[in-house]
Amino acid sequence: MNSIPVSSLWLIPFFPLLGALFNGLLGKRLPKTVVSIVGPGVLLASFVTVAVHVWLLSGFDEQSRRFVDVVYTWLGVFGLQIDVSFVLDPLSSVMALIITGIGFFIHLYSIGYMREDESYYRYFAYLNLFVFSMLLLVLGGNMILMFVGWEGVGLCSYLLIGFWFKDNANADAGKKAFIVNRVGDFGFLLGTFLIFYIFRTFDFDGIQAIALNYGTRIPSWVFFAIAMLLFIGATGKSAQIPLYVWLPDAMAGPTPVSALIHAATMVTAGVYMIARLNFIFASSPTALGIIAWVGALTALFAATIGLVQRDIKKVLAYSTVSQLGFMFVAMGVGAWTAGIFHLMTHAFFKATLFLGSGSVIHAMGGEQDIRRMGGLRKWMPITYVTFVVATLAIAGIPPFSGFFSKDEILFRAYGSGLGGTALWAVVSAAALCTAFYMTRLVILTFLGDCRADEHTKSHLHESPWTITVPLIVLAFFSLVGGYFNVPEGMTHFVPTLAFTFFAPIEFLHHWLAPVLITDPGTLRPGATAMEGALILTSVIVALVGIGSAWFLYAVRPRMAERLAGFGRGIPHRVLLDKYYVDEIYSYGIVKPIYYTSLYFLWRFVDVIAIDGLVNGAAKATQFLAQVGRRFQTGDVQAYAVSLIVGTLLTIGYFIYGWWS
Amino acid sequence: MTEFPLLTVVTFLPVLGALVLLFVQREQEALLKGGAIVASLLTFAASLPLFFGARGADFSYVDRADWIDAWGINYHVGVDGISMLLVVLTTFMTPIVFLGAWNAIEKRVKEFVILLLVLETAMIGAFVSLNLFLFYMFWEAMLIPMYLIIGVWGGERRLYATMKFFIYTMVGSLLMLVAILYMATQHAAQFGYMTFEYGELFRLNFPLQTQLWLFAAFALAFAVKVPLFPVHTWLPDAHVEAPTPGSVILAAILLKMGTYGFIRFAMPYFPDAVQAAAPVMMVLAVIGIIYGALVAMVQPDMKKLVAYSSVSHLGFVMLGLFSLNEEAVSGAVLQMVNHGFSTGALFLAIGVIYERRHTRLIKDFGGLAGQIPVFAVVFLIITMSSIGLPGLNGFVGEFLILLGSFKNAAATFQRTGSLTHFLIPVLATSGVILAAVYMLWMYQRVMFGPNKNPKNQGMKDMNLRELVVMAPLIVGIFWIGLAPNPLMQRMDGAVRKVVQQSTGKSRMRAEVEPPARVLAAERMQPAQGGKVQ
Repeated sequence: MNSIPVSSLWLIPFFPLLGALFNGLLGKRLPKTVVSIVGPGVLLASFVTVAVHVWLLSGFDEQSRRFVDVVYTWLGVFGLQIDVSFVLDPLSSVMALIITGIGFFIHLYSIGYMREDESYYRYFAYLNLFVFSMLLLVLGGNMILMFVGWEGVGLCSYLLIGFWFKDNANADAGKKAFIVNRVGDFGFLLGTFLIFYIFRTFDFDGIQAIALNYGTRIPSWVFFAIAMLLFIGATGKSAQIPLYVWLPDAMAGPTPVSALIHAATMVTAGVYMIARLNFIFASSPTALGIIAWVGALTALFAATIGLVQRDIKKVLAYSTVSQLGFMFVAMGVGAWTAGIFHLMTHAFFKATLFLGSGSVIHAMGGEQDIRRMGGLRKWMPITYVTFVVATLAIAGIPPFSGFFSKDEILFRAYGSGLGGTALWAVVSAAALCTAFYMTRLVILTFLGDCRADEHTKSHLHESPWTITVPLIVLAFFSLVGGYFNVPEGMTHFVPTLAFTFFAPIEFLHHWLAPVLITDPGTLRPGATAMEGALILTSVIVALVGIGSAWFLYAVRPRMAERLAGFGRGIPHRVLLDKYYVDEIYSYGIVKPIYYTSLYFLWRFVDVIAIDGLVNGAAKATQFLAQVGRRFQTGDVQAYAVSLIVGTLLTIGYFIYGWWS
Repeated sequence: MTEFPLLTVVTFLPVLGALVLLFVQREQEALLKGGAIVASLLTFAASLPLFFGARGADFSYVDRADWIDAWGINYHVGVDGISMLLVVLTTFMTPIVFLGAWNAIEKRVKEFVILLLVLETAMIGAFVSLNLFLFYMFWEAMLIPMYLIIGVWGGERRLYATMKFFIYTMVGSLLMLVAILYMATQHAAQFGYMTFEYGELFRLNFPLQTQLWLFAAFALAFAVKVPLFPVHTWLPDAHVEAPTPGSVILAAILLKMGTYGFIRFAMPYFPDAVQAAAPVMMVLAVIGIIYGALVAMVQPDMKKLVAYSSVSHLGFVMLGLFSLNEEAVSGAVLQMVNHGFSTGALFLAIGVIYERRHTRLIKDFGGLAGQIPVFAVVFLIITMSSIGLPGLNGFVGEFLILLGSFKNAAATFQRTGSLTHFLIPVLATSGVILAAVYMLWMYQRVMFGPNKNPKNQGMKDMNLRELVVMAPLIVGIFWIGLAPNPLMQRMDGAVRKVVQQSTGKSRMRAEVEPPARVLAAERMQPAQGGKVQ
């Protein structure tokens, strides 16, 4: 692959950094209007910069689509060469467009959403800083710069989850997110070390060149180890089993933050990382199998929790965990493009859903419990329509975007040599749950009668344009986003013309091809023949999910209550309490470590054992001195007696020796 | 040599300042403090040329004068890329400490500033000595001012703390003195004359058994200062009882004496013993990393928490040193500087709120972020630096240490096929998680949540003086994090030499083996040749 040196890529992350510094340092003294212009403005500048570069990039032939901007040498000693360098290639361009594009609209939305907040400037400073870090993550040309962004987004996530820090629960959630992510980073770091030890470089292109040309000389367990260590990092950042626990709590942050960081961008970093290093992951089918199954189980597990949650944001949070699981299934069966494709459509529809929920929460005066909502359609028509569009997209109803991306994943989960019927069945079950909980959410929030109190009702209103415009734009992309990558197979059923109007068939696939060079998930024989049946099945699954939720919550609401009481209500309780995973972690890991540290390590080892020895040694010295002091009486007669006794004993000893 | 004796000037300028201040009346506290700041700033200014002039493996700015020639005791000083950094760290931190201590010291100001200036000379002297006798003198000379600073200006249990500090340190130092004397007399026995000269003592070749004894004697003295688990228990007491400036000096510079001693003396002199003892030292270092972090987590007192975090951080430094490769050792040296910045800043930050509330117990605080927002930002940056957030200084050192430790384990694996050595980098890396736990938890309990304690509700934000004190540290934290290369290039040659000496390669193989960079380039060959077109 060729690289084209440029010297303008640094501008892309630079604009948000500038915004963060400006708002952070001066924002407090400036009127809100200035902050409101700078905050989203730098995102727009960054988006335009990305767009121009992508347009330029597309002018080159496939193998040359790689802009590289080496800014300076970060570390260059002892055979290490780590540069601050940015790379814009087809993969990072897609990510950068999502980050700055969706990011811009979420910034715009924030103007309306955060208007009343006393720390308005601080909010925008953090949000800009987040975008800066996220751009480092995707544009970084080596593992180290990626890690800088990887941790940087973690920091911003920490700050934004705990944004309203006066409530300890929010601060707790932020801390939990940071620490759980650090557990993942532990794996990421070790994976990075192993990569360096084997490949002698941190640069992605260098690793790729060696992996492709000399990969067969490297034992497969090395690839397995690297892939698994990095995947531990991915489970942290992208909220997969067993490290997903921080994401639902992260909803403590302002809702636009949930949309940008905890749905559209940051949490997809793990998926991006696997795509970026696909040449490593492709070399370990075992690791890929594990990734696929972790993803599938996470998808189903989180979706079942989502079925019963009562907090509108919690439903969406578990939904995000579940959808990220879909993406990892795609990565695990080697369907790189499908994973990135779903990452993109998910960014559209989940951002719409979160922003929509924010609009609702805003109108409800902070209420998040869907049991006290209902009938909001009347007051908030734009929010309602955009929410429904996104719901149909996530449920996988054609022709909404999620249909195309999810379908591709389901097909590859079934057809890939790394997948199989069992994997497909689990993912399909998750898709069924998805359609169900989303329909339930729409019904309880927007349809039926309003269950809010009169006071809240009297204040219900549609949100201002800064909120509805982003909703409409994102809903539009939730609708049409699927056309970026219409699978070849689908053209057999629907006239090609209907799709090519928007973008060429498999556009994304072709665009990403120069980066996603490996293809470990070749289709099983006969899989293609099943494609039509699978598409039909998945549409039916989605319709069954929607229909059953409709029946339970709109047609026969009593049935839902009775179902909750099934088996003495225990299954419902278990789901509602999220399988008690937080409690298991707390009592199984956190508390034992805490109390061992407190009572054994500190109070015993440090204070009693080591200090006891030290003080004991001092005491022993003192004791010896006390004993010795007895002889220093100053009494001349006593000295004389001991002198005589000593002399006699010495003489006696010599006589004894001479005698014998 | 007719050159200007810059290093000598840097070393003794603080004492000269102290002498001048002797003639200032004790009532004129502002003049005393101001004079001390001027003296230490002049020292810093004088030391700056070292930063630009000293690099590489050879000692530069060498000054030499005969003293007790018959016994090979000379005044002989010089700096290489490693000691230069520590000298500049010392001269950089001292004015900050003086300005930071402006209000912290209320009684006996005159004695305090004089002692601190004397201490600065002793510390610089220990870093630059190229004669073991001279080194030992400076080493012991550091003890007295520190002893007095804790004992006179300390907290309630200061006597217990000073005694503990003194005894711990003395036990180690005396054994080191014995080892030094043994080496000097051995030199006399083998080469006909006695010497304490740093360079000349490299001639000595000891059998492994003797090396082990000598190494143990040096190592104990240095391990106490580091402090390495399990000889660390003096540190929490000393920190808690010391006044803020004492804590800052202790954390930022004095602890580096231990690790510097390993780099300069214990490791290069006894390569065979180092090879033999390295596994033990690494295990102790890793225990220190995890143990320090876990115990830090449960501390109710902020200073004690930071003290135990130092045990953890210095564990990283020790791990780096005994991983015995360039990456790890250079990471360790950088981490010594980093720890000076971040932990020095942490103690200053704790001092800021201590001066306002006269308590350091975490439970007395909460919700300060809304009350003192500027402090909240400063404290957050320092906290993140201590956690090792990429982009800030702490990450660079930790990264290099862990990378080097991993390399060491992998090399052992290739040699022996044993995977157990990987436990060391793996466990050490878990320290990265724990650092986030104890630091963030403390930050949360102090800064976040509701501001309930009425005594905290009138608290004032940082004033200009405190900001001026913090600013250089914050700049340093970002600078090292964003562009560590200038520092790394300065220590490059010196680190290489230490690694070669400590692994016993310098004597025979130094000329034969090509530099590491060439080797690395050769290893890279297939990669570059095989680029996908």
